[in-house]
Amino acid sequence: MVILFAVFLLTLLVFTAVAIIRTTNLFVAVMLSGIFSLLMAANFFILDAADVALTEAAVGAGITTVLFLGALALTVEREQTVPDGRWVSISVVVLTTLVLIYATFDKPRLGDPDAPVHQHVAPWYLGQTPELIDIPNVVTAVLASFRGYDTLGEVFVVFTACIGVLFVLGARQENSQSLATPPISNTHGLRHHLIPRVVGRLLIPFIVLFGLYVQFHGEYGPGGGFQAGAIIATAMILSALLEGEAQALRAVPRSTLLGLIVVGPLLYGAVGLAGIILGGNFLDYSVLAQSSVSGQQLGILLIEAGVGMTVCGALLLIFHAFASREKL
Amino acid sequence: MMEIVVDVLSWTLLATGGAFVFIGGLGALRLPNFYTRMHAASLTDTMGTILILVGIMLQGGLSLATVKLVAILGFLLLTGPTASYALANAALLSGLKPEVPQLKRRD
Amino acid sequence: MELFGLYNYWVFAIILMTGFYAVIAKGNLIKKLIGLSIFQSAVFLLYISMDKVDGGTAPIIQKGVIDQVYSNPLPQVLILTAIVVGISTTALGLAIVVRIKESYGTIEEHEIQELERNS
Repeated sequence: MVILFAVFLLTLLVFTAVAIIRTTNLFVAVMLSGIFSLLMAANFFILDAADVALTEAAVGAGITTVLFLGALALTVEREQTVPDGRWVSISVVVLTTLVLIYATFDKPRLGDPDAPVHQHVAPWYLGQTPELIDIPNVVTAVLASFRGYDTLGEVFVVFTACIGVLFVLGARQENSQSLATPPISNTHGLRHHLIPRVVGRLLIPFIVLFGLYVQFHGEYGPGGGFQAGAIIATAMILSALLEGEAQALRAVPRSTLLGLIVVGPLLYGAVGLAGIILGGNFLDYSVLAQSSVSGQQLGILLIEAGVGMTVCGALLLIFHAFASREKL
Repeated sequence: MMEIVVDVLSWTLLATGGAFVFIGGLGALRLPNFYTRMHAASLTDTMGTILILVGIMLQGGLSLATVKLVAILGFLLLTGPTASYALANAALLSGLKPEVPQLKRRD
Repeated sequence: MELFGLYNYWVFAIILMTGFYAVIAKGNLIKKLIGLSIFQSAVFLLYISMDKVDGGTAPIIQKGVIDQVYSNPLPQVLILTAIVVGISTTALGLAIVVRIKESYGTIEEHEIQELERNS
């Protein structure tokens, strides 16, 4: 029965992808890509990947749609059709699809427990996590402790992307007026729409609370730093949409956000260096506390906080960079 | 005996909720203009959501999962109609006028 | 069911090539970026399809339940990182597209090449 459901969702994915490519209205394409991300999150959940489904729903269906809409507001809304060269592309694409489908016949079928991917490292992680780290969520244990070095690199990638966007979009526009903040009028944001403002104001504290819940329960269930950062960033973006850009920047100013994206990687690196200072290796959490297991849990808590701060600050800074740029 | 009653009730609710979602989707495809289509789509936001989630709550019994489902139902009921309102308001403010049937004058 | 055992991978191949077609054949820069993000999502589907085990559940160890088969946690860790990296690069790409629009006045590829050729 679940197989039927899974097949149906996968087929919907194919239809949505084809519809995204074929439409010429970019607004429609962005909305359909939000639906595509949500369907992908449902597929991930059916395939037993709960953390990944949460991340894809929060980041893909939420933040990516907002960023694309921000870019669309600053550029065009429709695309023009290219005059020639389509048949070559279509034949290359169809040929490669057939080659890929032919190559998949060598793979073990879905769910085969004797597949090579389930043999060596994964049973070791599943067996050693209760003894060495003693938290229920194995994905968080692997992400934060066993493969913590990769996650450090990933935090730096998010930091670099944020700095890149700030450099590219922070350049002063040539014919903009003085940069004094304009007076708050009644037409900023959605200030003259009563119902979304009331409902939004009611919901924003709960969204932030849920983000904090996801952050601190990342060890006991699906969750962790990435999802929590995206959810809290969504709450702030909602308040920026409702109250207007200037008001949102007054509530959480740019200096706070810059502080967040600086403190995040610094916290992560500091936990790593603390491992060296206290006698272990870099990013070795066992030496952080009295017993090795509680040291691991303390280390995971601290670096998840660092990851959450970085992701939240980076996403908000990128959003504000798009939203406060005037269209030329 | 009690379990059979609860099972039958929850199956009925789930099936009716599914029927409402299907009707909403059919209306969103077949109705003539924007405002009527949105009216049909908001059917899935309210009736479909309530019936399906209450059906699942009956399957869950009295447990933590049911409390979480009540919270989800509350949030969906709060945000779904707001989204429909914001969509209709945006359409009206950007100039899309709802079609009003022409009344024939009896002179 | 031999057919349905490989259906995930066929869907992966189709979606991968659909996104790739948007990157190579469409002229609009934002459409290319949307196609690139579809391409990335297809790769995520491939990895997560590999981690499912028959009769398994999500890899969250439940106390007191023995003999429970868990799905493989390792591809999930890789894809968790990959999703966030994907959105970072998409954000940077969109920032560059906005600046291109302000400099050239258009974001269609053939028009930009015309302007470059004539200047």
